[in-house]
Amino acid sequence: MENIHLTIVLAPLAAAIVAGLFGKQIGRAGAHWITIVAVGLSFVLSLLVLKDIWFDGGEVYNYSVYTWAVSDGLRMEVGFLVDRLTALMMVVVTFVSWMVHIYTIGYMHEDPGYQRFFSYISLFTFSMLMLVMSNNFLQLFFGWEAVGLVSYLLIGFWFKRETAIFANLKAFLVNRVGDFGFILGIAGVVMFTNSLDYATVFASGEAIASQQIEVIGGNPWNAMTVICILLFIGAMGKSAQAPLHVWLPDSMEGPTPISALIHAATMVTAGIFMVARMSPLYELSETALAVVLTIGAITAFFMGLLGVVQNDIKRVVAYSTLSQLGYMTVALGVSAYSAAIFHLMTHAFFKALLFLAAGSVIVAMHHEQDIRKMGGIRRYMPITYWTSLIGSLALIGFPGSAGFFSKDALIEAVKYSHWAETDQLVYWIAYLSVLLGVFVTALYSFRMFFLVFHGEERMDAEAKSHLHETPWVVTGPLILLAIPSAIIGWFTIGPVLFGDFFGDSIQVSAAHDVLARLGETFTGSAGFIVHALQGPAVYLAFAGAITAWYLYLKRPELPGVLRDKLSGLYELLDRKYYFDDLYINGFAAWGRRIGRLLWSKGDEFLIDGLLVNGTANTVGRLAGVLRRVQTGYLYHYAFAMFIGITLILAWLLWS
Amino acid sequence: MSLTENLLSVLIWLPIFGGAAVLFIGDGGDAASGRARQMRWVALATSLLTFLLSLNLYTGFDTATAAMQFVERFDWIDALDADYYLGIDGISAPLILLTTFITPLVVIAGWDAIKSRPAQYFAAFLILEGLMNGVFSALDGVLFYVLWEAMLVPMFLIIGVWGGERRIYATIKFFLYTFLGSVLMLVAFIYLYTKTGTYDFFSFMDVPLSMLEQQLIFIAFLVAFAVKVPMWPVHTWLPDAHVEAPTGGSVILAAIMLKMGGYGFVRLSLPMVPDGSEYFAGMMIALSLVAVVYIGFVALMQKDMKKLIAYSSIAHMGFVTLGFFLVWSIARGSGAELGMTGGMVQMISHGLVSGALFLCVGVLYDRVHSRQIADYGGVANTMPIFVFFLLLFAMANAGLPGTSGFVGEFMVIIASFKANFWYAFLAATTLVLGAAYTLWMVKRVVYGDVANDKVAALSDLGRREFFVLGVLALAVLLVGLWPAPLVEMMSATVAQLVEQAASTKLSGL
Repeated sequence: MENIHLTIVLAPLAAAIVAGLFGKQIGRAGAHWITIVAVGLSFVLSLLVLKDIWFDGGEVYNYSVYTWAVSDGLRMEVGFLVDRLTALMMVVVTFVSWMVHIYTIGYMHEDPGYQRFFSYISLFTFSMLMLVMSNNFLQLFFGWEAVGLVSYLLIGFWFKRETAIFANLKAFLVNRVGDFGFILGIAGVVMFTNSLDYATVFASGEAIASQQIEVIGGNPWNAMTVICILLFIGAMGKSAQAPLHVWLPDSMEGPTPISALIHAATMVTAGIFMVARMSPLYELSETALAVVLTIGAITAFFMGLLGVVQNDIKRVVAYSTLSQLGYMTVALGVSAYSAAIFHLMTHAFFKALLFLAAGSVIVAMHHEQDIRKMGGIRRYMPITYWTSLIGSLALIGFPGSAGFFSKDALIEAVKYSHWAETDQLVYWIAYLSVLLGVFVTALYSFRMFFLVFHGEERMDAEAKSHLHETPWVVTGPLILLAIPSAIIGWFTIGPVLFGDFFGDSIQVSAAHDVLARLGETFTGSAGFIVHALQGPAVYLAFAGAITAWYLYLKRPELPGVLRDKLSGLYELLDRKYYFDDLYINGFAAWGRRIGRLLWSKGDEFLIDGLLVNGTANTVGRLAGVLRRVQTGYLYHYAFAMFIGITLILAWLLWS
Repeated sequence: MSLTENLLSVLIWLPIFGGAAVLFIGDGGDAASGRARQMRWVALATSLLTFLLSLNLYTGFDTATAAMQFVERFDWIDALDADYYLGIDGISAPLILLTTFITPLVVIAGWDAIKSRPAQYFAAFLILEGLMNGVFSALDGVLFYVLWEAMLVPMFLIIGVWGGERRIYATIKFFLYTFLGSVLMLVAFIYLYTKTGTYDFFSFMDVPLSMLEQQLIFIAFLVAFAVKVPMWPVHTWLPDAHVEAPTGGSVILAAIMLKMGGYGFVRLSLPMVPDGSEYFAGMMIALSLVAVVYIGFVALMQKDMKKLIAYSSIAHMGFVTLGFFLVWSIARGSGAELGMTGGMVQMISHGLVSGALFLCVGVLYDRVHSRQIADYGGVANTMPIFVFFLLLFAMANAGLPGTSGFVGEFMVIIASFKANFWYAFLAATTLVLGAAYTLWMVKRVVYGDVANDKVAALSDLGRREFFVLGVLALAVLLVGLWPAPLVEMMSATVAQLVEQAASTKLSGL
């Protein structure tokens, strides 16, 4: 099995290296074949791993591959932990990645950087696998930064575009702000356990939680709270939680396949995965969980609202991703880690589907992304239309779809969470956010859906003339992703959420275990649907979709009227709550200003000007003065001698 | 006399004699002449042979002991009680390997880029290599001092002869700064000689000293080493020297000569005056953190690529001194060695990464004759292979895991958290600042549409350039992916060093 794990990881890496370095020699077809075969192999073997551990009762693997370095008793290793959580993530990552690889043949077929693109997405698959399969914090951080690197490269893939290279720098730097917290969190873990190994660290969780750390003198804080919050700052960067979310919408400058793979289905869920993986630590800090919950709730609701005013097809989906990541974070905050991972999985399928479908539309429209210039595309692109419908229904949680099961379970978990007893304020923020978020989700989803596929055909005649369904390499992955988006919830909710699927890989304290309480009344997928029909969420989703229909199909003049009436609100949403203004005109501008100040006033004026050259000039001036004494006239020297002797004699006589 | 017994002497004298031979052959006054070609091959052969021989240091190195290895000792100047005393341990061996590794690359990089006086140019680098190897292996105060000062001469010439427009200002600034600093070190040696009757470093380490003596000696050492590192605020000679130096000079300066300062702290300050070092540790940590944060901001605003990399060097060297001086803030056995190891690894990594970055700037400069960021834009369109390497080294400079740049920073940040949360907090700002100044430069130089005709006319890497950057890239990845051999080489010596630093020399009075 160890060899299988290694093959899963190394096959995409090898393919990435070959496609990247020898792209010219193997040609375009060579590049896509080698990467598709490699990632396909990883997918099949990942399925095998999942089958082994789920159905055959295989053991959990936790072993070191090689020792990176040892210093002062701290072992830094590269190793794999393959339990059920890992196996599930491996399957999701490799499947979506495989679909995106195939889709890319169609989407990028005219691009001069074809081989480079395949190399990058294979490299991404390797990095993401290293991240999810790690058994220690060092390798986690490696994978964490490596996916960040590939994300940087891919957002800036079309490096001639000024917007793309602005977005990729922004993405990298905002992520680095998160990583700044993350690495401090890892340092904190090492401080209290002198280990980077998950198993060792988790075993000493109680010991960490019993200690304190004085970050600000005189204010001892619980060590576990500090560590968990620091680690979560990393998750906020990678999983784009407010206020570190600003990079994700801009990341849509990258080609659509990677928006699907990296910025929707996999990389951005790394933060969610990380917190779930660290559940033995987070369970020991109520404060950290409250922070997680609040941040998640704010992101889920407020980022969803922004989706309503976007007109770029990819940006609508991007804000939807932000909001859904918020939902997952909320689930983490109520200790329903399984529900978070469950939603992560279903979301990976339907969001990748929605992005790829959006890409399909973009290709057919010859890279037009403005939904105001679309409409009525349903007639031209039936497969894209139907698969988009399935994706949208899954996203809004239409009863029976994959997204319905995961989102409804998540909302139930919030409703019955322990926060209802321990902290009413946090509880109501979270519960109202996820409920109202359902309405918002349905509103922006179907606003986009109707504007793109229904109604009047707003594109020009030229665009209309070449509008047709995309080739099978594009529609094939759409269909293959639509299947799990439709049905996977029905089949997996029982075992994954209520059947102890995750075993020991996720640990929840008894007082927090809301999913166990919900599980007591769980009678099967059909029963779950019936139960959900008695709650508000499903009706809020319907209300949202109907509102979208009324506003954008029935009375299409209304949105403009509303925008004028609520111009203040519209302005706020259109400017994205002014976060970008704050960061760019605030932090970034001030950073440059400080740099310029330290340079010109510190280095150039003070140190170099006054101290260094000042000293040199003083020495020079002094020498100039002394030089004048050396006149060369005998009588000057004689006079000086006379004065000198007089002074010496006077001094001798005096004393 | 056998090779292994006198290996260190061979590593010192082979390049020096090789340099003399290169001078003797000369270039016939024409860089394109047959004579000049012969001369270049001799220079390359010498540096390659030195490198191959130096590999014996690695294969023959015993990682289990902190004692000096490959020791050579002869009477040298009886009147001064000075010995020709050489030896290496876990902190000097990697630095010698770095020196012998970088020098052939510099020779290759200068192969046909140097048009005027090529023989003197290559000779200067070979002689410099021998002297640097000597500094890293000298265990006698007089020998150390002589080599330390002698090293300045070739570099003074390299900047002053082959430098840019303001080369005279820069090279005199460089010389005065570093020379004045080291004179105080000589005073400290002489004082220690009066106490011990010898210039043997180990006697210096054993002799008991009062607190005042230790403080004064520490300051004398500090002035010498802080200038070399360079630490804030005695760093301003470095950007000037780098900007004016020819590419090879910048590479050697950044990759190896800056390491002399860090090396001095661990070879001399910490073991010889442990109480004095402890007394000033707080100040040293503060200065290191100022280097990381202050210089990080300054680097952000640089318009000249070489200046930017020079400032980034100062910030990265801040991690070296931070790692070294954390030793008293951490309970022993729980991370003091980690910090020191991190500082050592950071020195090696910085040697590779900054050297590579200066070579990258050199590649551009040879084609466009400008170091200004504003003169570039969209280089990725015309030089994709070059951009691949530049990105790799830029990421290493930003401390990306998997590259050598991560290893030392990671260890030092982890260790500093154990000492004090705020140390780690300030040190970790490099994650943001380092990425900001490095990648912002990359964005402006590499990405975007072709900015001007000169960029449009760029040709991608030649064979020699490809080879040099490729070798460095492999080294950066090797250290990043598997630092264990390097760390293991250092570990016994670092453990002993922590022991020495934590002990006191006051009790022996």
